[in-house]
Amino acid sequence: MSAPIAGRVDASTDAWRPCWACLGLALALACAVVASFAYLAVDWRQLFSGESMRLMLKFVREFFPPDLSPAFVAKAAWGALQTFAVAAIGTLLSVVAGGALALPAAGRFGLAARLAARLVLNLLRSVPELVWAALMVIAAGLGPFAGTLALALHTTGVLGRLYAESLENAAAQPERALREAGSGRIAAFAYATLPLVTAQGVAYALYRLEMNIRMAAVLGFVGAGGLGQMLYFHLSIFQQAQAATLLGAMFLLVFAVDSLSAFVRARLAPAHG
Amino acid sequence: MSTATGALAAPTTLRDPAARGRFGAAVVALVVLWPLLALAEFRPWVFFEGSNWQVMENFLAGFLPPATNLDFLALLGKATLETLAIATAGIALAFVVAAPLAVLATRSLSVSRIGPGPGRGPGAAARTVTRGVLTVLRAIPEVVWALVFVRALGLGPGAGVLALAVTYGGMLGKVYTEILESGDTRSARALLEAGSGRLGALFYALVPSTAQELASYTVYRWECAVRASVVMGFVGAGGLGQLMDQSMKMLNGGEASTILLTFLLLVLLADVMSALIRRVLA
Repeated sequence: MSAPIAGRVDASTDAWRPCWACLGLALALACAVVASFAYLAVDWRQLFSGESMRLMLKFVREFFPPDLSPAFVAKAAWGALQTFAVAAIGTLLSVVAGGALALPAAGRFGLAARLAARLVLNLLRSVPELVWAALMVIAAGLGPFAGTLALALHTTGVLGRLYAESLENAAAQPERALREAGSGRIAAFAYATLPLVTAQGVAYALYRLEMNIRMAAVLGFVGAGGLGQMLYFHLSIFQQAQAATLLGAMFLLVFAVDSLSAFVRARLAPAHG
Repeated sequence: MSTATGALAAPTTLRDPAARGRFGAAVVALVVLWPLLALAEFRPWVFFEGSNWQVMENFLAGFLPPATNLDFLALLGKATLETLAIATAGIALAFVVAAPLAVLATRSLSVSRIGPGPGRGPGAAARTVTRGVLTVLRAIPEVVWALVFVRALGLGPGAGVLALAVTYGGMLGKVYTEILESGDTRSARALLEAGSGRLGALFYALVPSTAQELASYTVYRWECAVRASVVMGFVGAGGLGQLMDQSMKMLNGGEASTILLTFLLLVLLADVMSALIRRVLA
């Protein structure tokens, strides 16, 4: 049996050989972490001093009890629904756009198209959602639509790359069989390759939906509607009781979507990769 | 083979046998989609209303050429280092938070699940509680955590690092659990049944088969942490986010595009690192 990471036992001589590359990598990572903490030079003792503990506790205690008046709970529920809508539509748009970009990115239309599509996907992915949101607010005005577009643009970059990888990893024989039997390019793709990658593709999309729910909440901070915008509003006028209700709504939303998505993914995925 | 002869006898029209189901699913999807579109205020035509497109065009035209003066590049270099340090420190702490919680929450590492024994109920309860903790950690946005920690550490990178540690700890913990449970868990079960401890089963059965996936997800989270520095700008944590905020507020498109190119480079760096680590672990 191979030892976990740092080396393996040679079967013929029964001797343990260290894995120098792994050790080097572990050392480099450790150095990077130590250097980061040293560079930031944060005085962590402050965190555990009685005074700051008291301040943090005081701040957290202001959130209780949450505002549970029916009117505000209804407002929070509406905000949660809007956040869900923003995340769901954003994810859906990016499934379509990411799927369309994945075809050239998987090398189906030649090398030039492959490189161009990969560049576009990397660009879309590397611009943070909040920056996309700031740009979209300029173009489409304040509101959930700007948030939807921002999520869609960023997620297109992520999903496009994942989809391109699953297209490249999918077995090529079924499609070739159909092509050689005389079917057209589109039909061969739709009936041979697409069914192979659908389950994985839906699983990826659900994963992104989970993440986008949280991101949609943060995007509200730049005016993209939903729970985030309400949270930002109530936090900035120090209404912590209302903010606590909104955080509770966020927790319930995240919990519901994560459980639903895990349930669906468990039924989608085949028993092995 | 009566069906084969039947199919041969009447092949006049070719019909997709799954057509009805697909049509039904499409109708249901539309019925669900419509209210969602309305809620998200999905109105693509606003782009073309009035001068909106013009405003956007003018704004984007300012992005070219990217700023390359030395003063700004020096600032950018410092901000990039800060962002990298915050992301690395945050992910390191997140790992410290996530790893023990993931081990606690992983079903395939449970000794009490193997057979009828007294620990079964408490074991399941402990896993449920751990999962609940992970959900709380990741459901509260990093900005809110940062606001809590700012009370203790003041404005600066410390609050950002802790906020990343908490939120990403929750996310890493959940995904580690899923990765550890989704692989081939029979070897872990065999070890546990033969009397090995939890950690033995983890390191000798589950980690060797999932190390690549665990590592590449951690690197991906690091990449997300780099992007999250934009959020950290809110609590004055410094780094690229704060620089971006300043450039956008001064409508200096050239500087903004240089910063975005830096983000692109960092993301490509994360890809290279991920590939390297996967190769070493293979």
